[in-house]
Amino acid sequence: MTMQAASTEIASRTAAIIDEMKGLEGPLLPILHSIQDEFGYVPKDALPVIADGLNLSRAEVHGVVSFYHDFRAKPAGRHVLKLCQAEACQSMGSDAVAAKVKQLLGIDFHETTRDGSVTLEPVYCLGLCACSPSAMLDGEVIGRLDDEKIGEIVAEVRS
Amino acid sequence: MNIKADFPTLIQEIDYGTPESKATKQVTLTVDGQSITVPEGTSIMRAAMEGGVEIPKLCATDMLDSFGSCRICLVEIEGRGGTPASCTTPVGEGMVVRTQSDRLDAIRRGVMELYVSDHPTGWHEKAGTGASEFDAVAKSVGLTENRYGTEGRNHVKEEGGVAPGHGSLAVDYIARDESNPYFTYDPAQCIVCSRCVRACEEVQGTFALTIEGRGFESRMVAGMHENFIASECVSCGACVQACPTDALREKTVLEKGMPERSAVTTCAYCGVGCSFKAEVKDDEVIRMMPYKDGKANHGHSCVKGRFAYGYATHKDRILSPMIREKISDPWREVTWEEAIAHTAKEFRRIQYQYGRTAIGGITSSRCTNEETYLVQKLVRQGFRNNNVDTCARVCHSPTGYGLGQTYGTSAGTQDFDSVEYTDVAVIIGANPASAHPVFASRLKKRLRQGAKLIVLDPRRTEMVKSAHIEADYHLPLKPGTNVAVLTALAHVIVTEGLYNEAFVRERCDWAEFQDWASFVALPENSPETVGKLSGVDPELIRGAARMYAKGGNGAIYYGLGVTEHSQGSTTVMAIANLAMATGNIGRPGVGVNPLRGQNNVQGSCDMGSFPHELPGYRHISGEAVRDIYESLWGVKLDDEPGLRIPNMLDAAVDGSFKGIYIQGEDILQSDPDTKHVAGGLAAMECVVVHDLFLNETANYAHVFLPGSTFLEKDGTFTNAERRINMVRKVIEPKARYADWEATQELARAIGLDWNYTHPSEIMDEIAKTTPSFAGVSFELLDRVGSVQWPCNEKAPLGTPIMHVDGFVRGKGKFIRTEYVATDERTGPRYPLLLTTGRILSQYNVGAQTRRTENVAWHAEDRLEIHPHDAEVRGVREGDWVRLASRSGETTLRALITDRVSPGVVYTTFHHPDTQANVITTDFSDWATNCPEYKVTAVQVAPSNGPTDWQKDYNEQARQSRRIAPLEAAE
Repeated sequence: MTMQAASTEIASRTAAIIDEMKGLEGPLLPILHSIQDEFGYVPKDALPVIADGLNLSRAEVHGVVSFYHDFRAKPAGRHVLKLCQAEACQSMGSDAVAAKVKQLLGIDFHETTRDGSVTLEPVYCLGLCACSPSAMLDGEVIGRLDDEKIGEIVAEVRS
Repeated sequence: MNIKADFPTLIQEIDYGTPESKATKQVTLTVDGQSITVPEGTSIMRAAMEGGVEIPKLCATDMLDSFGSCRICLVEIEGRGGTPASCTTPVGEGMVVRTQSDRLDAIRRGVMELYVSDHPTGWHEKAGTGASEFDAVAKSVGLTENRYGTEGRNHVKEEGGVAPGHGSLAVDYIARDESNPYFTYDPAQCIVCSRCVRACEEVQGTFALTIEGRGFESRMVAGMHENFIASECVSCGACVQACPTDALREKTVLEKGMPERSAVTTCAYCGVGCSFKAEVKDDEVIRMMPYKDGKANHGHSCVKGRFAYGYATHKDRILSPMIREKISDPWREVTWEEAIAHTAKEFRRIQYQYGRTAIGGITSSRCTNEETYLVQKLVRQGFRNNNVDTCARVCHSPTGYGLGQTYGTSAGTQDFDSVEYTDVAVIIGANPASAHPVFASRLKKRLRQGAKLIVLDPRRTEMVKSAHIEADYHLPLKPGTNVAVLTALAHVIVTEGLYNEAFVRERCDWAEFQDWASFVALPENSPETVGKLSGVDPELIRGAARMYAKGGNGAIYYGLGVTEHSQGSTTVMAIANLAMATGNIGRPGVGVNPLRGQNNVQGSCDMGSFPHELPGYRHISGEAVRDIYESLWGVKLDDEPGLRIPNMLDAAVDGSFKGIYIQGEDILQSDPDTKHVAGGLAAMECVVVHDLFLNETANYAHVFLPGSTFLEKDGTFTNAERRINMVRKVIEPKARYADWEATQELARAIGLDWNYTHPSEIMDEIAKTTPSFAGVSFELLDRVGSVQWPCNEKAPLGTPIMHVDGFVRGKGKFIRTEYVATDERTGPRYPLLLTTGRILSQYNVGAQTRRTENVAWHAEDRLEIHPHDAEVRGVREGDWVRLASRSGETTLRALITDRVSPGVVYTTFHHPDTQANVITTDFSDWATNCPEYKVTAVQVAPSNGPTDWQKDYNEQARQSRRIAPLEAAE
């Protein structure tokens, strides 16, 4: 699991990212993505630094960050498994898939296993409806989930 | 007079739903068969309301731009499909609109039913205030059923009809936030209409609120999901005013219920002069609601005006007159009759014993025009001398002098609305975000629309940088170098040919301009030379000068950072020169605008409070002017100016000045060199303090007369834009007399035949004797709301902008402004420069705000010091430090910040414990004696706690505030 960074370090690394990107048009979202890439999450301590750098209020930055589920408030596990829960996948049994995965990993959505190996999240459409039910593991999409594939995925993230 | 009979009902202002359109082209449409003509760009919602047709709404209110989120205000438009929102749809020529139909009713009911399903029920009996628009809308759309249940995800589930707070927590429940002392936020009642968020952004400009999350999870939060008190919130209350539910609600309304009646009155804090509806229940003020028709504030307010009125009922208020023989005696409560008779006898004795000029008076910038007029009349007619002065001596007397010399009037040139047309705003020595917050909000709004900003201030104030605001130029000049920097700006304007020659030739004296131009063009006034002594980068000076001269409408706003210097008057003239040279005078969007500190400091100056001037700034030596008053008052007036406050104190120390009547002012705390003031007061034989509280000056008083608050009297205040606003009595004077009545009693006791039965009669006398007020009467103010002087035959409804076709004095006068460094210098023993200022939540010496819940934000004065200066002295954040100058020393705690430059320290003066004026020197403005508060050479060192002076002072204050217990009746 990524260690949570100390607040002074967060401030200085965030400031560097802001300096680099503040000239962009609509710089807030690109900066947030860079910060998530840098730390693996968007630390709360980074928000006042962004607000100051872009001349926004803390509230505005918090409003944007909290709107997007993709920006996490704490570090994820080593792997991130997203299960599609949108309409097409639901019609092809994604509820059962989710139940199975939760049972095998022992966690619910938005949780991370105690050993820090994997974080489980719902996602609403990966554009892979033709291969429902689908998932995304560490950025790679996987289609036509069945018990066998689920077993492989769980074995991989647990290894 | 019966107040309840005069103001029997609660004033309900019409909410038009969307802001007024400023377009000139008119459009006619039909709403529900009625023909309505409105300016182009008006929303259908507003047009309908102007025709008297109210369309139900939740997310719209006319203080805010339309948003179109609640889907309640839908209408049908002939020839168009669907049901567009009336708030976001502009009117069109010939449009036919229906606001009522079965289809619309069904949709509105359906939408409302969804809102209700996610809104707590059963809270009506407990917390419902009747202030909630939500309930009214539910009723007006005819909602009778709720098919979705009431187990909203965001609130406490009801169990067995139990009200919120007693059921089990739902998944998205957020606990109620009671952290703000004045209002409550109950997220369970929030319908996420964003009115609060938009009010904070569009009206106040703080951006402290946001909508967190999305979907069912979305909820309004302050800051980064913080308590209100810990967030960026400045507690202006705009969100509470905007909230259509009881989610944000005043605690007083929750505790005491809705007010029953209201009157429109004027705030008694700063010089912005906001209009409020004082809302009252059972002779108790429940809340102050900003009045949308108020010309200075247009429905907005700050934390002080809206919430900090609790001092009016604070237990420290003294409600009985008191006297004592010696200031070391305890006070003795007496009747008004005894106190007045005693005072009259003492004043007569002193005049008999020491001479006619041995007594005087000080008028108050906090009291009404009428009260101020009476105090100066008492001195001139009753004391038969001109020993009258006012606290403007210590703040804006240089404004009066400087603008009087250059333009011919002692007041700002614009109205506040002018800022909406400004392209380049220049703020000099002022921090409106703290001291004039409602004006700051209006300026910030203009800046967000694209206007440019230049700030001259030693400190990086909130105006230099805050959310969505960033000064284009910040000139962090060393305290005391204003004249040099302003003259350097003029140097750039003249040498680079940026001046407006046509304007200067037409409006000003060309020869004087040339003389001035040759002076400012001297190399000693160049930015490069001035940069060295002021610490400002010459390129910043050049850039700022170019921007002001050529950036369109340039408006200068300035505060006490300009006037409270040994060259205060020169600085005002330098500002006046800049505006004339660039043609920035005489139309909307430009001008020279002093931001006056107190509610009626403009008025107290207008009313003849200075020892050399009769009302309307007419010199006492003028025979024709004296004639007017001599024939009316039936006495011969002294034709020589009287004593200024510092001269009175000097004379007291010398033994020739023995008695003073001080109305509503705390000179011991607010005037420079506290030890000298204390010495002067202690040398007098009869000091009469007329105030709400036993203030610091009262420690040296022999007579105390209890004062009345602005809620307890009728009258007028004049704000910084020369606007005469009505003050209306909403509760009876708690100490029997309004201040004007007490002064009248005193006047009668010394033999004057005064018979005013109402302040309107005093205003009539002012109008009769003062040309610039000739047209003013309470009848006119009742009818039109307010007027800006001059108000006379030429301008029957007042004068929003001055010097439109020419300067009042004739030709505008350019005056050379040679920089002379103050005698107050840093040296090895006192290497730092101290400057002073204010904070948002506190007001002036704090006599009022310290007696309200505003102390939640500012419990003590702190010394701001730059990290470098702190480190070399071994001072850490929060440490006690000793602050010493050549005059004295005090202690307070340090706040380490780079808002101040190295070499500069800063503090506020809101708390008597700090006694910042023990430190300040008695240097003063060369023309007006305005003290040099803004520059003091000091040293800072770590300390263990209060100084001996502070301890002695506190002991003396404690002793002198004793009130003897009443003797038991036999």
